[in-house]
Amino acid sequence: MTYKLQFAELLPYWDVLLHGLIFTIVLTIVSTIGGIAVGTAGAAARTFGPKWLDPIVAAYVEIIRNTPFIVQLFFIFFGLPAAGVKLSETAAAFLAMVVNLGAYSTEIIRAGIEAVPKGHLEAAESLAMTRMQILRHVVLKQAFQKIYPALASQIIIVMLGSAVVSQISAEDLTYAANYIQSRNFRAFEVYLVVALLYLLLAIAARAVLRGIGRVIFPKA
Amino acid sequence: MSLVSIKDVRKSFGSVEVLKGVSIEVGRGDVVAIIGKSGSGKSTLLRCINGLETYDAGCISVDGIDVGKTRGNLRDLRRNVGMVFQQFNLFPHLTAAENVMLAPKVVNRESAHITKALAKETLAKVGLSDKADSYPSQLSGGQQQRVAIARALAMRPNVLLCDEITSALDPELVSEVLRVVERLASDGMTLILVTHEMRFARDVGTKLVFMHQGKVHEEGPPKPLFASPGTPELAQFIGMQH
Ligand SMILES: Nc1ncnc2c1ncn2[C@@H]1O[C@H](COP(=O)(O)OP(=O)(O)OP(=O)(O)O)[C@@H](O)[C@H]1O
Ligand SMILES: [Mg+2]
Repeated sequence: MTYKLQFAELLPYWDVLLHGLIFTIVLTIVSTIGGIAVGTAGAAARTFGPKWLDPIVAAYVEIIRNTPFIVQLFFIFFGLPAAGVKLSETAAAFLAMVVNLGAYSTEIIRAGIEAVPKGHLEAAESLAMTRMQILRHVVLKQAFQKIYPALASQIIIVMLGSAVVSQISAEDLTYAANYIQSRNFRAFEVYLVVALLYLLLAIAARAVLRGIGRVIFPKA
Repeated sequence: MSLVSIKDVRKSFGSVEVLKGVSIEVGRGDVVAIIGKSGSGKSTLLRCINGLETYDAGCISVDGIDVGKTRGNLRDLRRNVGMVFQQFNLFPHLTAAENVMLAPKVVNRESAHITKALAKETLAKVGLSDKADSYPSQLSGGQQQRVAIARALAMRPNVLLCDEITSALDPELVSEVLRVVERLASDGMTLILVTHEMRFARDVGTKLVFMHQGKVHEEGPPKPLFASPGTPELAQFIGMQH
C-alpha cells in the first residue's frame, strides 16, 4: 500500500500555522522570562531568605515537579474558576507555563547558588556587604554561569511541552495542527510538518540561548 | 589605647572548647604574627575579630567598637577590618579591578570616578597595575592573592587580618606576596597575621603570639622569643618548622 503525500493541501492553512508558530514562540519567550524570574526569587528565598519562607517555596516546587503539566494546566483553566478566578485560554496557558518553569528553575538556580564556594560569601561579608548585596553582586551571576546549560535545556523541554496547552484550546502550533487536520484530513502531512517546525524551533532556541550565554558570560 | 583588644575570649564548637580565654592587645601599627600548631584556634580567633565567627565569652573590641555587641552594625565594624584568606576568594566573574571596586561601590556608594582611582591606587600598591582587566582565572596564585589584598585595602581598613595567606601558594610565589605585606607593614598598616612563615614572623612582626591548645602560650617581641623560647612547646614548635 502506498500513501501519496499531498503537502499542497496544507497551503490554504499557512496563516493558521504561522499564527500557531508565533503563539508558541511568544509563549516560550514570555514563560522563560517569567519562569526564570520566579525561579530566581524562589531560589533566593530558599537560600538567602527568612527561614519560614523555605517550606512554602519547597512545597510549591515539589507539587509542581511531582504532578503532570497537563493536570496543572487543567487545574488553572477548569479548576480555578470554581474559586472565582476565571482566565482565558491564553492567560491560563501563560500562567501554567510560568508556574511550571518557575518550579523547575527554582531548583536549578538553587543548585547554582549552593555551588558558590562559601569562601566567596565570607570574603564578601568581610567587605561589609549586606546579604542582598552579596546575593546580587557575588552569588547570582556566578550561579547563573554555572547552571546556564541546565537552565537552557529546561527551557527547551518546557517549549516542547507547551504543546499541551492546545488541550485547553490555546492557539499554539499544536492547536493549529489539530485544527488543520480536522479540516483537510491530512494528519500525516500536517503532523509531519508541525514536528519539523518544532524541531527547527528547538534548534533555533538552542542557538539563540547559546548566543545569549556568550554575551552574558563572555568568559564561560 | 589598643586598636584591637581581645580579652579572655572563649569559644566552643559543640562541646569542644577551641578558644580557652585568649587575650591579646594590638596597638596601631603593630604587626602581630600568630603562630601555632594546626587546630590551636588561630583561624577561629581571627574570624572572631571581624564577626565571621561568634564567641561565647570575653570581649573583643576594634577601634572602640565592641564586636560582640554589634548585631546590626557588624557592617560598620567590617568596614574598618579587612581580611585576606588562604584561598584568595576572588570573585571569579569579575576582573581584578572590578573585584577591588565592588565593595567601595556597593557598600560605601563611592562614585565611579573614586572607585576607579581606588582600584588604580591599590593595584599599584600590590604591583599589579597591568592586570586590572584580567580575570582571576588568568592570574597566578600569587597575583590572585595580591588582588585580594588590594580588594581589602580599597575599603581603607584600620586593621588587616591575614589567615595563612601564603599557604595555598607554590613556594616560588610566596615571596611576592610577603613583599607586599612587608610594604604594608612599613607603611604603618596594623596587621594581624596567622602564618607559617617563621622567618617573616621574626623579621617583619613587631609581636609574636604563640597559640597552643586554645590559649596564648607565649607572646612578646619576635626576635628574642625565636632566639630563646620561654617554653618547651614553643621551642619544639619552632624546631619543627625547620
Ligand atoms: N565551624 C566549625 N565547626 C566545628 N569545629 C570547628 C569549626 N571551625 C573550627 N573547628 C575546630 O576548631 C579547632 C580550631 O580550628 P582553627 O581552624 O581555629 O585552627 P587553626 O589553628 O587555624 O588550624 P590550622 O593551622 O590547621 O588552620 C579545630 O579543632 C577545628 O576542627
Ligand atoms: Mg587556620
